[in-house]
Amino acid sequence: MPDKRLIWIAGALLAAMALFLIWGLQGKVWFILELRATKLAALVCVGLAIGTATVLFQTLSNNRILTPSIMGFDALFILLQTGLVFALGGFGYAQLSPLRSFALETIVMMGAAVFLFAAILHRTRQDVQLMILVGVVMGLMFRSITAFVQRLMDPSEFTMVQGAMFARFGAVDSGALVASVVLLAGIGLWLWRHHAILDVMALGRAQARGLGLAYDRLQFQMLCAIAALVSVSTALVGPLTFLGLLVASLAHSLMQSHRHQLLLPAAALIAALILVTGQIVFERILQLQSTLAVVIEFSGGLLFLILLARGRIR
Amino acid sequence: MIKVSELTYSIAGTPILHDINVTLPAGRITALIGPNGAGKSTLLHLISQQIPFDRGRITMGGLDLAKTTAPARALKMAVVGQQLGVASRIRIRDLVGFGRWPYNHGRPTPKDQEKISEALSHFDLIGLQDRFLDEVSGGQRQRAFIAMASAQDTDWLLLDEPLNNLDLHHARCLMTQLREKVDREGKSVVIVLHDLNYAISWADHVVALDKGSIAFEGPLTEVATTDSLSALYRTPVVFGDLAGKPFVQYHR
Repeated sequence: MPDKRLIWIAGALLAAMALFLIWGLQGKVWFILELRATKLAALVCVGLAIGTATVLFQTLSNNRILTPSIMGFDALFILLQTGLVFALGGFGYAQLSPLRSFALETIVMMGAAVFLFAAILHRTRQDVQLMILVGVVMGLMFRSITAFVQRLMDPSEFTMVQGAMFARFGAVDSGALVASVVLLAGIGLWLWRHHAILDVMALGRAQARGLGLAYDRLQFQMLCAIAALVSVSTALVGPLTFLGLLVASLAHSLMQSHRHQLLLPAAALIAALILVTGQIVFERILQLQSTLAVVIEFSGGLLFLILLARGRIR
Repeated sequence: MIKVSELTYSIAGTPILHDINVTLPAGRITALIGPNGAGKSTLLHLISQQIPFDRGRITMGGLDLAKTTAPARALKMAVVGQQLGVASRIRIRDLVGFGRWPYNHGRPTPKDQEKISEALSHFDLIGLQDRFLDEVSGGQRQRAFIAMASAQDTDWLLLDEPLNNLDLHHARCLMTQLREKVDREGKSVVIVLHDLNYAISWADHVVALDKGSIAFEGPLTEVATTDSLSALYRTPVVFGDLAGKPFVQYHR
């Protein structure tokens, strides 16, 4: 019997999804439905990926403030993407099928993330402030290098990269979407089987090792999973800085539990719900004025502050 | 027993421990004492294999600990460190329940529940068991972690300054519990202590560290003297007798 609160969130998500599909449906119904369904699938995928990645990263860093975005994971992905366009040239990059370029970027991303973040987590584990500082510096560094490489590019290549850099659900590539679904399903299965181990890991490295976990190997696997999840969300829509922090806090305050069996699905579903609702507001109410990121970060930030002020988030 | 031989450990070229040779007897309470920065906590971390060391060997009952796996070690020794914090919101009973993880891997049996309740009651946590860990005081949190290690029910229990945040009553209760574990259940306890009165009142064996080396070690009654303790802390320590019990005076 799944938790009641999870059923409520899932129900709300399904309602939002249905609303997204059928609101203002007229004219070539099937054509529009197909377009909307692709967009919806991307939104849900990104939501699940961001929610899961954030909870996993907070478990690893033993900290409730840090998220993969704050630590510069998505900036790293964009740097890799830019580097790839730069190295292959605009023409070479365009010749890669979207599926191939996604696979290539994801694999490089996993390698780079594991290499960098395993070292950072190891060095700064005792010192949260240092960890935040390192993360902020790294994020800035990745963004600056990206900006520098973009200066060196010719304008057509630059346009190509820029398309990938901002949150946009308008033009989702179906090849990358299918790959994302497969990746998400794989990671979901792995997490489903290991959720109890994650509960122990959340006690911190020393405690987890004392209880008999091979912590460092698990940390490696989890960093891989986080890198893959960030790749999914960033490849599909670009960076959404604040969403992860928001949904992880909401999931914690709603579930009031340390169990990942509850926290992971809650965060994933809440993130998907916020994205779908945000897109409805953005498309239908704001008539595509402003951007989805602005809608989400504004309303999400407001919600976060209200909950914080009422003492509902700890 | 735990036998440490020729153990050397340094951080970034600075030696923390050098050439430590010491035996921690089984079935005893061993107090690790010494001034700040002597290497007590480091020695405890090295024994519990939390950090890899440069040179040396640590064995438990003849078994080289560096060659054991984490799950096997978790059934042999429980460790309570000084940095105790959990980021997620966890209730005290659930935390103590993690002590049974090495046995049940997340699927608690009725026997596990019994052990958890026992640990909760031993450390005076029954009334707090449904509270969240981040909503109780430092001393209560510390007791919860000690209860978790106790629920782990291992032959060895390693505690790093467990009296730090505890009030008189709970400090004394903790030492009583440890004494009972040793006397009744044949467990072995290694405990880092700063308050010499607790050391001389409860420990059987003393290992004194100073500047990364063993200053002295042996049965409490033989090695803990006015001279040895005064030299160790570079402070006058006077042994006395208070209501028939040994007492040390070093406050002023």
